[in-house]
Amino acid sequence: MSFAAECRAVEKDFGSGETRIRALRSVDLEIPFGELTMLVGPSGCGKTTLLSVIAGVLNATGGEVQVLGERIDSLAGDRLVQFRRKNLGFVFQQFNLLPALTAAENAAIPLLAAGLPRKSSVDRAAQLLAELGMEDRVDAYPAQLSGGQQQRVAFARALVHEPRLLVCDEPTSALDAETGHQVMELLASHAVRPGRATIVVTHDNRVFQFADRIARMEDGRITGVTVNRMSGANASPTGHSHQENEQVNL
Amino acid sequence: MNYVALRMLTGDRAKYLSLIFAIAFSTFLLENQSSIFAGIMKRTTSQILDVTDADVWVMDKKTLYIDEVKALTENDLYRVRGVPGVLWAVRLFKGQPRAKAADGTFRVVVMMGVDDASLVGAPSRDKMILGSVEDLRQPDSVIIDRAGYKFLFPGQPLDLGRTLELNDHLVRIVGIAEASAPFATFPVMFSRYSQAIKFVGRERDQLSFVLVKPQPGIPVRDLCDRIEKYTDLRAVSGRAFAWQTVFYYVKNTGIPVNFGITIGIALIVGAVVAGQTFYIFTIENLKQFGALKAIGVTNGSIVGMILLQALTVAAIGYSIGSGIAGVFFSITLHNDPTRGLVLLWQNMAGVAVAIFFVVFLASLLSVRRVLTLEPAVVFRG
Repeated sequence: MSFAAECRAVEKDFGSGETRIRALRSVDLEIPFGELTMLVGPSGCGKTTLLSVIAGVLNATGGEVQVLGERIDSLAGDRLVQFRRKNLGFVFQQFNLLPALTAAENAAIPLLAAGLPRKSSVDRAAQLLAELGMEDRVDAYPAQLSGGQQQRVAFARALVHEPRLLVCDEPTSALDAETGHQVMELLASHAVRPGRATIVVTHDNRVFQFADRIARMEDGRITGVTVNRMSGANASPTGHSHQENEQVNL
Repeated sequence: MNYVALRMLTGDRAKYLSLIFAIAFSTFLLENQSSIFAGIMKRTTSQILDVTDADVWVMDKKTLYIDEVKALTENDLYRVRGVPGVLWAVRLFKGQPRAKAADGTFRVVVMMGVDDASLVGAPSRDKMILGSVEDLRQPDSVIIDRAGYKFLFPGQPLDLGRTLELNDHLVRIVGIAEASAPFATFPVMFSRYSQAIKFVGRERDQLSFVLVKPQPGIPVRDLCDRIEKYTDLRAVSGRAFAWQTVFYYVKNTGIPVNFGITIGIALIVGAVVAGQTFYIFTIENLKQFGALKAIGVTNGSIVGMILLQALTVAAIGYSIGSGIAGVFFSITLHNDPTRGLVLLWQNMAGVAVAIFFVVFLASLLSVRRVLTLEPAVVFRG
């Protein structure tokens, strides 16, 4: 089985000396293709740090991080940036849309960053927004959109360049339950495909049902991985009763 | 990403307009004050620059500037004429008699006494508005500059034949000319040398300057050296004498300090306001820049975005400021007290360099913050 991302004995420290904080402790994790993997756990357990290390926006202090067959921890400078631009899609907790750009322009940013012409980039982004049910809001500015609509724009921005790995940080935490559920349905239906992988950091247990795999973290460690047999579009919004879980002991 | 950079810049309308205003205000103040300063300094040289017939000015070797002269002797004139390479050398008198109009209006005037025979030193023909330079050959005749005429005959149309008292001598206006504004905004009058010294009052020596024309092929610098060697007088080109006069005023008056303070304040205000606003603008967008970095925008592209934003506000602000300065000077140009004060291209170029440098510096501070920003910041709620 090939993996979109593999972590081997990954460690991450913040600070030094007496003020040093160990955020990740010998983390081993595999993110398979074609699945939605959730990193879950209490606040401060290191799940966002692990996501940042996998996404190449934070350097690990120790261990190995392989993403899409590339040792991302050995990439640096513009090579790392280009790797992220080409292969990764990002969804942030606070959306981080540029307020001066329309929805379509925001969604087109990865294409613009890759040097593609503006018109074709925006057209492509608008097309994707239409697929996400936003066809009548492509020219709206973020301030004119609801939270759920802004997150859809953020999804479009993350998917527009067809990345092989999508990383999402708390994508539903700024949304109400119903909108969060809709957003996760969109994510599961558009992002989870063969040859692609999605990692979602969340502590929102209402969306666990969309995960194919749930990695639980505590105090900088992976404490267990649960494989979800009934997930994604097949999952029921009502709870876990329709799920068959398989605990992987670590 | 240039499009994104410009949209980010103009998206925050309040800060964008603040930046433009700060830069436009600084530009206007810098161009305005530096051009007025240059104009005032140029005014100190008006009587020198208005003499276009002669190339060399000869004076007492202790002369510092045009407004304080020690009279030469007639013998000095003849000695200058004897210097090899001199085509001709003529007298020039400069004095300040008091002129009084029939209604009692009076002004101290700058009286230029030009050579009786050749009239060298008189206004050039293209500067004559009414009358002719040749009319100076009439007895008790003067040519007055247009602004001076308006000072002495306020509200009255330009007309020849009017009379004035010059230190109790009755003179008649035979010509009205356009003359460069003098430093102290005195009216400027021209008369023949023999009459001018009579108007001012007799002293033992009254020859202010000798105006010299070199023979063809003789360099001005060489002739000046020869005159100084043969006569022990000071001889300089008109241009050099003008600069000597400017430097005198720069060194010995508070004018440059006064203008310098205003220019300094304009630079500081421009730098601080524009720099601070631009810095705050960037800092407030830090999270967005972080998101762009995470998504895959390189540091080079982000530096390019920030510099493009800086150059854009600098160019727009500078253009608006220069436009306002241009309107200001186009208005003042037609007022007699401020005539001759113009927006110089040299000042515009200098201000452009200063403004772009200030904005560039401000943007560098912002760039530093963005470059040291870890893209992981976007994952921190």
